[in-house]
Amino acid sequence: MTTDTHSKTIFGFWVFLMSDCLLFASFFATYFVLHQGTVTLFSLPFAFTQSVVFLISSFAAGFFGDKHKTLALLGFMFVLGALFLSMMGYEFAQLVQAGTSWQTSGAWSAFFTLLSMVGLHAAVGLLWIVVLMLQICFRGITPSTSRRLACLKLFWQFLNIVWVFIFSFVYLLGAQYG
Amino acid sequence: MFGRLNLEAFHQDVIEQGADLMMVLGAIFIVALLTYCKRWTWLWKEWLTSLDPKRIGVMYIVVSMVMLVKGFIDALMLRAQQMISVGDSHGYLTSSHFQQIFTAHGTTMIFFVAMGLLFGLLNFLIPLQIGARDVAFPFVNAVSFWLFAVGAMLVLISLAIGKFSATGWVSYPPLSELQYSPGVGVDYWLWSVQVSGVGSLISGINFFVTILKMRAPGMTLMKMPMLTWTTLATAVLIIFAFQVLTATLTMLSFDRLIGTHFFTSDFGGNPMMYINLIWAWGHPEVYILVLPAFGIFSEVVPVFSQKRLFGYASMVWATVAITLLSFGVWLHHFFTMGAGPNANSFFGIMTMLIAVPTGVKIFNWLFTMLQGRVIFKTPMIWFLGFIFAFTTGGMTGVLMSIPSVDFQMHNSLFLIAHFHSTIIGGVVFGFFAGLTYWFPKIFGFTLHERLGKWAAWCWILGFFIAFFPLYVLGMMGATRRLDHYETAAGWQPLFVVAAFGALLIAIGVGFQVLQLIISIKQRKENRDATGDPWNGRTLEWSTSSPPPEYNFAHIPEVKERDAFWAMKQAHQTHNTGKYEDIHVPKNSPLGFFVGIFAFCLSFGTIWYMWWLAAVGMIGIIVCVTIRLCDDDVERVMSAHEVQHIETARTRA
Amino acid sequence: MQKKRKIAFYLLLILGVLLVVGLVLLLCMQSGQIAMLNPKGMIAAKQRGLLIMASWLMLIVVIPVFIMTVVFARKYRASNRESKYRPDWDQSLSAEIVWFGVPFVIIAVLSVLVWRSSHHLDPFRPIDTGVQPLTIQVVALQWKWLFIYPEQGIATVNFVQFPEKTPINFHITSDAPMNSFWIPQLGGQIYAMAGMDTQLHLIADEEGEFRGSSSNLSGKGFAGMRFKAIAVSDAAFEAWVDEVRGEGEMLDLETYQELAEPSEDNPPAVYRLGKNDLYDWIVMKYKMPM
Repeated sequence: MTTDTHSKTIFGFWVFLMSDCLLFASFFATYFVLHQGTVTLFSLPFAFTQSVVFLISSFAAGFFGDKHKTLALLGFMFVLGALFLSMMGYEFAQLVQAGTSWQTSGAWSAFFTLLSMVGLHAAVGLLWIVVLMLQICFRGITPSTSRRLACLKLFWQFLNIVWVFIFSFVYLLGAQYG
Repeated sequence: MFGRLNLEAFHQDVIEQGADLMMVLGAIFIVALLTYCKRWTWLWKEWLTSLDPKRIGVMYIVVSMVMLVKGFIDALMLRAQQMISVGDSHGYLTSSHFQQIFTAHGTTMIFFVAMGLLFGLLNFLIPLQIGARDVAFPFVNAVSFWLFAVGAMLVLISLAIGKFSATGWVSYPPLSELQYSPGVGVDYWLWSVQVSGVGSLISGINFFVTILKMRAPGMTLMKMPMLTWTTLATAVLIIFAFQVLTATLTMLSFDRLIGTHFFTSDFGGNPMMYINLIWAWGHPEVYILVLPAFGIFSEVVPVFSQKRLFGYASMVWATVAITLLSFGVWLHHFFTMGAGPNANSFFGIMTMLIAVPTGVKIFNWLFTMLQGRVIFKTPMIWFLGFIFAFTTGGMTGVLMSIPSVDFQMHNSLFLIAHFHSTIIGGVVFGFFAGLTYWFPKIFGFTLHERLGKWAAWCWILGFFIAFFPLYVLGMMGATRRLDHYETAAGWQPLFVVAAFGALLIAIGVGFQVLQLIISIKQRKENRDATGDPWNGRTLEWSTSSPPPEYNFAHIPEVKERDAFWAMKQAHQTHNTGKYEDIHVPKNSPLGFFVGIFAFCLSFGTIWYMWWLAAVGMIGIIVCVTIRLCDDDVERVMSAHEVQHIETARTRA
Repeated sequence: MQKKRKIAFYLLLILGVLLVVGLVLLLCMQSGQIAMLNPKGMIAAKQRGLLIMASWLMLIVVIPVFIMTVVFARKYRASNRESKYRPDWDQSLSAEIVWFGVPFVIIAVLSVLVWRSSHHLDPFRPIDTGVQPLTIQVVALQWKWLFIYPEQGIATVNFVQFPEKTPINFHITSDAPMNSFWIPQLGGQIYAMAGMDTQLHLIADEEGEFRGSSSNLSGKGFAGMRFKAIAVSDAAFEAWVDEVRGEGEMLDLETYQELAEPSEDNPPAVYRLGKNDLYDWIVMKYKMPM
């Protein structure tokens, strides 16, 4: 019964992530269509650092083990995830100060929204990490918690892949830096 | 505190006041009935908090039937207006009211009738057909239903508070942008579709996992019933299409809420992008609607022809082909937007290709009847209607897939007649056939046969009389969505005929209501004691009518396709082996509460009552978190309890 | 009971046939009124030809389906004990080949038609008859149509007049929500979109008055988005242009802004064109510097 639930849930969560690809694909497609010419972004090194931060947190998820190790790793992921989100927020603030915001044009609307979607998913991820940490703290590593950990790992790593696409196609290609 | 909600929002015209009165009276009636029969606890425990997909399925159908009545009244109002609004007369509806009605009609029928009826049936049937006890994710399933109900609620509330959208059921920008639609209407539309869309997405994932992971031992893919196959295909379509809808609606919401420029005409926005995205979802959507209907006919025709389904393997491959092809045709919804001959041709040809597997299905059903012994009970009457109506729709669809011809038919009444032919002929007739067929399984007694036949004939005849004039009108240059036209156009006689057809359909609906009432009164005489009133072929007929909560006391071993038929031939229908404890999901009120909070979020955002929206958002997060911390989600039905239920059945 | 059913069956069959015959008769009798079947321009004529050809091709499949349905339903009904009953017969390779192959061939033929006609009847493709074409710029407003004749220096509202047998190069845009520009008797439609310039090439084969309208919902006054398209002789056209140039009100930017305000039931009107690049100005209005 438990292995059944485990495999069903992981499979179902995979399917959900595949569908989420379509969500991001829609925002990506819209960004590329609306993005006429180039957008002037904040700073490439900054975005690169942001990517590395996220990458490391995702890497950490591969090492879940016993209760204490897992709690430590989750804490580490939370810190890095929060840092990632803060960096995104900082970038937004810089861009708004420079005079470009959501309402400036279609291209900017698409840029801010695409990134915010990743941010929103990451925020949900952070909440998930906190809840799981509490669960593991009080109940330890059980079939339920390890199932949820597996899903979280998938989620976090999926988000990372989406971010890699964003970094490559939005930051590296077709953007200039002011 | 109240955002942009003020007393003005409650001012409605006479017709809407009438609708509001009907809703209020209906609500009072239900409350009174429940109180009089002392059934509040029963409602809460047996239905609202149930995680049993059989219960959830019935709730879907009930909500959808209510919405069907509303959507149908919308249709009658539209027909009435177009019948009299000629020349100097401007009918009895203002232009904006008329535009709200056709928007609500389309939105209601697609999202809250067709999707609801089908999800309802599938919830009940899919676990039974595959020999499972439940769907893969029972709680998520309940949440899907409540999100669906909230979407429907938003449409109904717009009749009383504020206005509904007047921009058509797909809400093209720039008309649906703030500049041209500043009120709450489009926001109501956005939230009702977005919320129910999330419900649909997670249902799609649920069915996909259920079918792939929970089939009874021995049921390989090529031994599944056709309804299960088409449901699997539908689930694939949902999984790929609905996130596109979510993204698109989010972008339009942002345009309206925070002033972004995704789809505005100026500031670098691109309305054509919306049209591409919405139809990238919209085309798979219509296959999401029709494939289960095809599945239903694949179940009904063999049973009532007393013969195996013809060409099972090609039916499966045709379904797969339709599923794949349906992702490559979306541009045919806007040939007239100027994509150029290469793009138009490509999509035109792809669209035509879908006719081939669809035709294969029709021939296979016909050849199932060939050299069978066909019993013309109500489900088969619906099937006959389907052949004529749907094939007409299919033919006209292929005609319109020729871009140069479509330039003369796009957005005309010819188009309207085409998609009503396929949706009514396919989805509605399919659903009614299915409902009649599976009614005894769901409720334990059969429906009155003669009234069912009269209803079917009225619907079928009414359909042709209502929609054939529209084909002609379209060729005369009459476009859709017109609340008035000049006398010289010469269209009025045809609109009168169409209205008469709609009236005939209304009589058919009347027969259906009568049928329900009389069948309920006569339920004891028509009780289905065996569980197999039609000599069925698939596993659901091996259970009692209605089935016990756990569906199967013993999970069946499947040896061939038409598993139950094989069991009957081998005289192995009763498994009296040792009974075991069965785990079933515990009830949970959280699905209901997620619904309440989703309503708060939607209503709050629509009316700019940010505190209410925040309450909604936080509430949803809290409910979901509580559920995800809950490890005690099942209860055990003891082997003894199961034995008791099963032997009571055999005795009966 | 048997007899009653037999009567019912044949009654229904006759009713069905009558309905179809009735429909065909209706179409024939009313064809004068049915724009699609009564084209007055070369483009519409070709589109009608396509429709009829495609319909015949589809009927190759559809008519057998209908016949089979009726015949099978009658012959293999349960009460007919004389018909052959093979409850386990569920495959036939030859049948599959036929009902896959024949539709596939039909679709293949139709595909060729699609490819060729889409290119030949591309709305952006000019019509070449040797006659000098006339350019008319169309602007969809709320809720009326503005027609600008840049070469003649005039403009009209809610009616468009042009010489017969002359290719018209329509350029279409919108200063309002999305609309669609359609004159069924002359040819198919194309969308009118703000910030964009679509094209439609039509020609009237004879003099006459044709109905035109929008087909895409554009707001409250959408039902009023209709106009007359009038084809007259060359001489009459020239005379009319001179008349308008002589006495029409001036359409400059200011008058235009007034005209563009939402209004319904605008009567037909004529103008002298004050701003010659008015159309381009309207299109560019929506394009912003990046």
